[in-house]
Amino acid sequence: MSTGTAPAIELTDVARHYGSVHAVNNVSFGVRPGEFFAMLGPSGSGKTTCLRLIAGFEQPSRGTVRLAGTDMTGVPPYERDVNTVFQDYALFPHLNVLDNIAYGLRMRGVDAAERRRRAQEALELVALEPFGERRPSQLSGGQRQRVALARAVVNRPKVLLLDEPLGALDLRLREQMQTELKRLHRKLGISFVYVTHDQGEAMSMADRVAVFSNGRLEQVDSPQALYQRPATSFVAEFVGGSNVLRGDLAQSVGGRAGQPVAVRSEHLRVLSVQASVPDGHRVLSGVVSDLSFHGATTRIEVRVGAQSVHAALTNQEDGDLALPELGETVQVSWPAAATVQLQA
Amino acid sequence: MTAASPHALQAPGASSPKAGWRRRGANTLQHSPRLSLWLLLAPPLLWFLLIYIGPLLGLLVQSVYTFDEFSMTVSRELTLANLQQLFTNASLVDIAVRSITMALAVTLACIALGYPVAYYMARHARGGAKGALYVAVMVPMWASYIVKAYAWTVILASDGIATWALDRLGLGGALATVLGLPLIGGNTLSTSHLGRFIVFTYMWLPFMILPIQASIERIAPNLLLASADLGGGPLRTLWHVVLPLSVPGIAAGATFTFCLTFGDFIIPGLVGPAGDFLGTAVYRYQGAIGNMPMAAALTLIPIVVIGAWLWLARRLGAFDAL
Repeated sequence: MSTGTAPAIELTDVARHYGSVHAVNNVSFGVRPGEFFAMLGPSGSGKTTCLRLIAGFEQPSRGTVRLAGTDMTGVPPYERDVNTVFQDYALFPHLNVLDNIAYGLRMRGVDAAERRRRAQEALELVALEPFGERRPSQLSGGQRQRVALARAVVNRPKVLLLDEPLGALDLRLREQMQTELKRLHRKLGISFVYVTHDQGEAMSMADRVAVFSNGRLEQVDSPQALYQRPATSFVAEFVGGSNVLRGDLAQSVGGRAGQPVAVRSEHLRVLSVQASVPDGHRVLSGVVSDLSFHGATTRIEVRVGAQSVHAALTNQEDGDLALPELGETVQVSWPAAATVQLQA
Repeated sequence: MTAASPHALQAPGASSPKAGWRRRGANTLQHSPRLSLWLLLAPPLLWFLLIYIGPLLGLLVQSVYTFDEFSMTVSRELTLANLQQLFTNASLVDIAVRSITMALAVTLACIALGYPVAYYMARHARGGAKGALYVAVMVPMWASYIVKAYAWTVILASDGIATWALDRLGLGGALATVLGLPLIGGNTLSTSHLGRFIVFTYMWLPFMILPIQASIERIAPNLLLASADLGGGPLRTLWHVVLPLSVPGIAAGATFTFCLTFGDFIIPGLVGPAGDFLGTAVYRYQGAIGNMPMAAALTLIPIVVIGAWLWLARRLGAFDAL
């Protein structure tokens, strides 16, 4: 494999065990050069372990990690051409902002004048020019985040690893930083590997998303594909908030034997028992168990046997939606084509 | 008072006479933090003033009293002669220089020996090994200090096990050469500055290891990962991250080893060449001669030196990260 076309990162059958705990199991995926790649999953799903395996903080128990085509087995973090933005920033408290940023250059033997020039440049990139002489303890959370970012990108790595970088920030700052990270990604043109448990963040920022659950990789796809064509019930529920129907119910709406199906809540219609269901629609009947208002939509929960489905109805500006009553028996229908067959 | 309290409305039972005075007292404390602060601080402050600052000032005042060498009595006639002697009396200057040099040497040796041990304890030792190391560092501190000092006189004596072991290893010649060196040498190990230095270093090493170990343990593991991530190998990480961040521990340990060595009067009396050490000189002036004013003047030396050391440590930022 020539390095010109090699993926920036490639994991092949990677596993990481801690004693009997399997943090990551048989994971394989590749990250393209220049791609914004998100690793999404709940805590303990193995996404952060994967990041640490790429950074070199841990070695795989099995399988190989390749960076730009080169096998990284046994290569320590300080010899890898990747840099990490840590969740808690991990800024050196005894160094000022400029020295923090210049640390990587200093380790690589760049001379002092060049170091200072490039650190200044990186500081401008994250719009923190006036803060060069401050200590990290004198900065706000958002500012520390930017310093951590500058400290990583100043080394011009081929891959930037970000471990829940916005986790400690409040909502407004997080949204602002999301925009800024995307701008930075476009400007630098390097691969970003972004670990997050926030599906909205992953979907809105990444070119492709890898969804993790219980140490396994569930699906790697573009956000649109994950949303419209989830492969597993975990992806359907965690990423899209889809309705997943299991067992006989799944088969009754055309699913393969023993496998669940998913339907997005915005595809569902709630009809009265007398109403006729259009051709080519699947239908279930159940009892309305909850109604809630969410601004643009109203969500209706309908109990169907032992399972429940959610329908999201778009609210009309004028006049009210013909909403069912709580406890009313209704029909829930959707176009057959909107049913997604899941693997498990 | 009760009516103004925001709690009064929520607790109708508060008006019962039994709970009344306790609640009023609690409210008073709650609403005047200054009063509670003073109630908390008064006992330790009083202790500090009476037992610590008071006698120290008393001592310093005595350093300007006059000692009559004929009658061997102290009179309250004020004089600066004692303080002047600290700078002009060659033997006193000698004592100060000898003590400071030894305290510095012992401190540096303790840093050099203690840092690797502390680093290993903090970053590598796990479970049982860590416990065993703690015990190994602490147990010598449980044994009586005087017993240990006497034991060293036996170890270092000319027919002691140190000399015997070195002979057996064929290093007898090397020992003779070292003892022949000026400044550190002497007739035997037990009468040389080197011997005294060894005993001091042995005695105070735990006081260096423990604070350094604590300061290294406090360094967030992510900082070490960050250094590695940015291209710093283990040695560079040690030099650029671990060492600077453990400076407070080194400063604390050095304060212990320096002060303990500087003021000690047992070890210099048992091991090492003749000639006073600061502690033995104070002991002699105060005890054998009864010249309290001179003894008091001599105690000014450690106060000034240690004050200067603390000032320097602060300037170096040793206390910033505490």
